[in-house]
Amino acid sequence: MAGLAVPTWDPQTALLIGVILLEAVVLYVGYGGLERLVGPRVMDVLVGGDQRAGQ
Amino acid sequence: MLDSSFALLGGSPELLALFVGFGLVVGVLFGFFGMGGSFLVTPALLMMGYAPRVAVGSGMAFVFGTAVIATLKHHDLGQVDYKLGVIMIAGTTLGIEVGRASVFYLEALGLAGGVISVAYVLLLGGIGLLVTREALAGDGAGIDHDAADKDLSDYEIPPVAKRIQETVRIPPMVSLRGDVQVSAWVITFVAFLTGLLSGFLGVGGGFIRMPAMIYAIGVPVPVAVGTDLFEIVFSGAIGSYLYGQGGGVDLGIVVPLLFGSALGARVGSAATAVVDADGIKVYFGGMLLVGALAVGIGEVGSYVGSELLETLGLLLVIGAAVVVAAAILYTALRSLRATRRRGAASPE
Repeated sequence: MAGLAVPTWDPQTALLIGVILLEAVVLYVGYGGLERLVGPRVMDVLVGGDQRAGQ
Repeated sequence: MLDSSFALLGGSPELLALFVGFGLVVGVLFGFFGMGGSFLVTPALLMMGYAPRVAVGSGMAFVFGTAVIATLKHHDLGQVDYKLGVIMIAGTTLGIEVGRASVFYLEALGLAGGVISVAYVLLLGGIGLLVTREALAGDGAGIDHDAADKDLSDYEIPPVAKRIQETVRIPPMVSLRGDVQVSAWVITFVAFLTGLLSGFLGVGGGFIRMPAMIYAIGVPVPVAVGTDLFEIVFSGAIGSYLYGQGGGVDLGIVVPLLFGSALGARVGSAATAVVDADGIKVYFGGMLLVGALAVGIGEVGSYVGSELLETLGLLLVIGAAVVVAAAILYTALRSLRATRRRGAASPE
C-alpha cells in the first residue's frame, strides 16, 4: 500500500500509468462490443446444436 | 511492423503470447471468484527471474488495470458507492500511516515480529470463523453470484451493522446505496481501522475491507465489492506510480497480461451464471495451496541454486491456475450443453 508516501511529479511515470488506464478502458469497451457482436455466434459454436431448439 | 510492435513492448512474441495466455487464465479466475489470480502474477514473475521491484511493481500495475475494468463493470451495474469510497480512501490512508508508524515503533522495541504474528492469527481466525458461521447458517459465503439480478434493498443487513446503525447516530449521517443510513464517523472509524491493520500487516487490505464494509457498515455485498474495487483503483494507481518512478513497472509485462485478463474476466464472470461456485471452491483452495508450495519450492531452488526446482515451482504456479481455469470452463460448457439438451427435449 502506498500510504502517505507523497510521490513527486514525474511526467514519464504519469504517462506510463496513463497508458495502463487507457488500455483498461479500451479493453473494457472493446471486449464489451465484441461480446455483443460475436458472443451469440461463439456460444452456438461452443455449445453446439441449434440455439433456438428449445425455444 | 509486427516485429516493431513486439520491440515496443520490449519482449519476444513467445513471451508476449505467454503473458497473454497467463493473463487469460488469471482473468478467468478473477471473473469467476471475484478475487485471486493477481496474487499469482508476482510470484510467477519472480520465478521467471524478474527483479523483485519489477515483479511487485508490474503486479501492482496489473492489479490497477484489472481494478479499473472491474470498477467500470460494477459502475454500469450501479454497484459502486463513490461517497463511501471517498470517505473510505481518506480513512484508510490515515490508518495505513499510523499502522506503518506503529511497526517502526514496535521494531525499535524489538517486539514487531511477535505482535504482527499474533495480530495475523487473530484477524484471519476471526474473519474465518465469521465467514464459516455464516456459511453453516446457510447464508452462503463469498461473492454472491446473483448480485446483478438482486435489488440492493433486498439485502439483509447483518445484526452487528444494524445495531451500529441504530446506536451511533452522530451527524453527519450519510445515505449509501441499498437504503443504508450510517454516520460518516462510523465509516471513517472503520476505514481507519482497516487501514491501520493494512499498514500494520503490510497487506493490500481488500480481504479486511470487504467484510468490514459488510459487517460493520452494513453495505450490501455487491456494493462492498464494487466500492472496494474503486478503492483499489486509487491505491493501485499510487502504488504503481511509486514503483514506476523507480523503473519497477514493465509495460512489456502489464500490457499483454491485461489484454488476456480482460477477456478472461468476461468469460469467468459469464461462467458464474451457469456453474455452482461451491463445487469449484475446493479447487480454488487447492490452487492456493499448490501456489504456496510452488513458491516454497522456487525459493528453495533459488537458495540452493537449482534451476530445475525454480522451473518446477513456476510450472506448478502456472499449472495450478490453468487446471482450475480449465475446470471452470469445462464445467460451464457441460452445464450449458445439458441445459440446451433439456430445453430441446422438453415440449413447448
